[in-house]
Amino acid sequence: MRTSEKIIEGLLWLSAAITILVTAGIIWVLLSETVAFFSEVSIMSFLTDTEWTPLFAVKRFGILPLVAGTFLTTAIAIAVALPIGLTIAIYLNEYANASFRAVVKPLLEILATIPTVVYGFFALTVVTPFLQQIIPGLAGFNALSAGMVMGIMIIPMISSLSEDAISAVPKSLREAAYGMGSTRLQTAFGVMVPAASSGILVSIILAISRAVGETMLVAIAAGQQPRLTLNPLVPIETMTTYIVQVSLGDVPHGSLEYRTIFAVGITLFVFTFALNNISFWIKKKYQEKYD
Amino acid sequence: MKNKKNKLEAIGLNAYYGDFLALKNISVAMEENQVTAFIGPSGCGKSTFLRTLNRMNDYIDGFRVEGEILLDEQDIYRKEVRVDELRKQVGMVFQKPNPFPKTIYENVVYGLKIQGIKDKELLMETAENTLRQTTLWEEVKDKLHKSALALSGGQQQRLCIARALAISPSVLLMDEPTSALDPISTAKIEELIYELKKNYTIVIVTHNMQQAGRISDHTAFFYMGELVEFAKTKTLFTSPKDTRTQNYITGRFG
Amino acid sequence: MTNSDRNRLKDKAFQVFGVFCTFIGLAVLAIFLIDILIDGLGRINWEFLNNLPSRRAHRAGIYTAWIGTLWILLLTTVIAFPLGISAGIYLEEYAKKSRMATILEINIANLAGVPSIIYGLLGLEIFVRLMALGGSLLAGALTLSLLILPIVIVTTREAIKAVPRSIREGSFALGASKWQTVWHQVLPASFGGILTGVILAMSRAVGEAAPLIVIGALAYVPFAPASPMDEFTVLPIQIFNWISRPQAAFATNAAAAIIVLLLITFILNGIAVYLRHKWQKRIKW
Repeated sequence: MRTSEKIIEGLLWLSAAITILVTAGIIWVLLSETVAFFSEVSIMSFLTDTEWTPLFAVKRFGILPLVAGTFLTTAIAIAVALPIGLTIAIYLNEYANASFRAVVKPLLEILATIPTVVYGFFALTVVTPFLQQIIPGLAGFNALSAGMVMGIMIIPMISSLSEDAISAVPKSLREAAYGMGSTRLQTAFGVMVPAASSGILVSIILAISRAVGETMLVAIAAGQQPRLTLNPLVPIETMTTYIVQVSLGDVPHGSLEYRTIFAVGITLFVFTFALNNISFWIKKKYQEKYD
Repeated sequence: MKNKKNKLEAIGLNAYYGDFLALKNISVAMEENQVTAFIGPSGCGKSTFLRTLNRMNDYIDGFRVEGEILLDEQDIYRKEVRVDELRKQVGMVFQKPNPFPKTIYENVVYGLKIQGIKDKELLMETAENTLRQTTLWEEVKDKLHKSALALSGGQQQRLCIARALAISPSVLLMDEPTSALDPISTAKIEELIYELKKNYTIVIVTHNMQQAGRISDHTAFFYMGELVEFAKTKTLFTSPKDTRTQNYITGRFG
Repeated sequence: MTNSDRNRLKDKAFQVFGVFCTFIGLAVLAIFLIDILIDGLGRINWEFLNNLPSRRAHRAGIYTAWIGTLWILLLTTVIAFPLGISAGIYLEEYAKKSRMATILEINIANLAGVPSIIYGLLGLEIFVRLMALGGSLLAGALTLSLLILPIVIVTTREAIKAVPRSIREGSFALGASKWQTVWHQVLPASFGGILTGVILAMSRAVGEAAPLIVIGALAYVPFAPASPMDEFTVLPIQIFNWISRPQAAFATNAAAAIIVLLLITFILNGIAVYLRHKWQKRIKW
């Protein structure tokens, strides 16, 4: 009996430990291919060159255009999702009644369950043609439409995490504000939002991390032309799209082109890893505050 | 009564939660087929002590004991003692009725089933016997395969006692078993305890001094982790030696 | 206008804006579903579901894609389900508060935030190349299993955490060992929650295209896969492929395939919501 208990515990431990192996595997895979990549390309030119043309005859390996593409789509997405998501969170918490909340929240969650290729289709075939009527110079592939649709997609991330944060604020604070004659709006922005600020910040950071790693939507709608620009009207290429683009082609294993996707991958990983850890750190401080 | 055998005995027991000394040098003996009650204000250590008697605190991080607890003159904290075997001898009933979210029948035979007993007749027989012992049989015999969660609180608690009896322990620990129940259910459980003491050694923690007075043969008064006084129940309640005991039973604190 | 009037006006204005924001997301969702239905519904018929891919839009079907999707779903569940639940049990029941547990916990939270395409790179090097599985269903399912593992672990832990301590103590007090307690009490009591999590994870896996493209799943596979070692495609990749083509007829195909994909996603989510609801009702501690 006791040995079988030990064996079972060992197996359970093993299952949990596999997650460590996954992390180690990711880091090892990315690092080993990237080290090989940097034996042929200097880190300096990778970080500072303003062109990314590894698949062309004249090869340039500057990551900046891809980073700019990712930055642009992410910034547009957050510009859409943050005001809308945060307003929804405040509205549901401070204004709406419980039954309205009970209906709307699961409906909003549907936005998060739709596969991202589907959003890509929507951006390309509905949003871009619509925007082209308003903005004449808009290209068929562009960061604007992809970013806006991505913004819609991550609304529920911001709204539900922020709502959790706001509803975790002790009721007594709200009542105190009302007691001094504040309107709901003054209570919301003067008391509740500041008190929940760290939780809201966490939701924003996680949304950014999600937007940075988003792949299919931008691969479909934002284009595959790496360029160092902040112009949202022209085709660009994000880090994730580049990896997809290379994966779709016939790039031989072990070639420099093959290694570029790992160099891009590790850049992407570093960004999201940093964002996630910042959010943990904030969350931890925040929990301590309320305990 | 003097020739009764000591079923359970603590000798110089200290218990710690981390650095906090929760029980200080407890020495007490519980006689066979008697009811021993532990009383004292909240946080006095009486429940902690009860839970050391079947090593229920083993799962709490940072909990440890020094000293000995003898069950039939054998220390239960010896290395080679297996806690699952120990708990088959020392059953426990909790403060809040905690039936498993299963049928009434499954609740009663759970202890036997996990011992690997599969004989349906034996299981059914045990279920009936223990449910009769706890006077629950007539009330539940038609719904043995219905959820135990549908029973009333008092019935649930008697079911939990039946469940404990099914694995035929020799000691029954009860941690404030009636504190969550109404007076009628409480009376039923008290009667039951009186019946059970013929076959079992019972140790009960209670908040209720009247209850201790009604059902126990011996009473121990705990205060701030110390065993202040231990005596025959009648003696303790009529002529306490320690002023703290006196203050407590006369309602001056607690 | 007094100060207080102005404040009241602002309050009202924000309320209107709040309603607007809440409905804009839902409105976009509605427009979008209607658009897809208009574009694609007419294209869905028996041939579309049963035809192999083709260069001619009107003859192309999603047979290989949905068979591939079902395979991926099945294999991913079979791999990730036991692994994730075991890990969840370990973390919640066995490893509480140890240093190792803290490390595991942070690590899992981190994995949950890794972009899916990175898992594709991991799968490409480990499963496709190192284990020489090629661009097979098995390689794809293993990759997606690692991707959804954090979700399964986290929801398993949540579900287990909801089982009250008194149930465990009741079981221990009857002489049950730790594993007996987990197996006979904790798991049955938390099964609804665990299942909900697993289904949500499945719905996530069903929509993934990026990591599968990276491990080399192809858009054009002439035959439906028949074993885990076969090449495959899945619905999202098929959709991506059709969207990428210039002809309008392929966009119609994409819309039709999207309807099928959304149907699968919504059914899975619906089951999860239903289960969660049912389980919450059934067990009241």
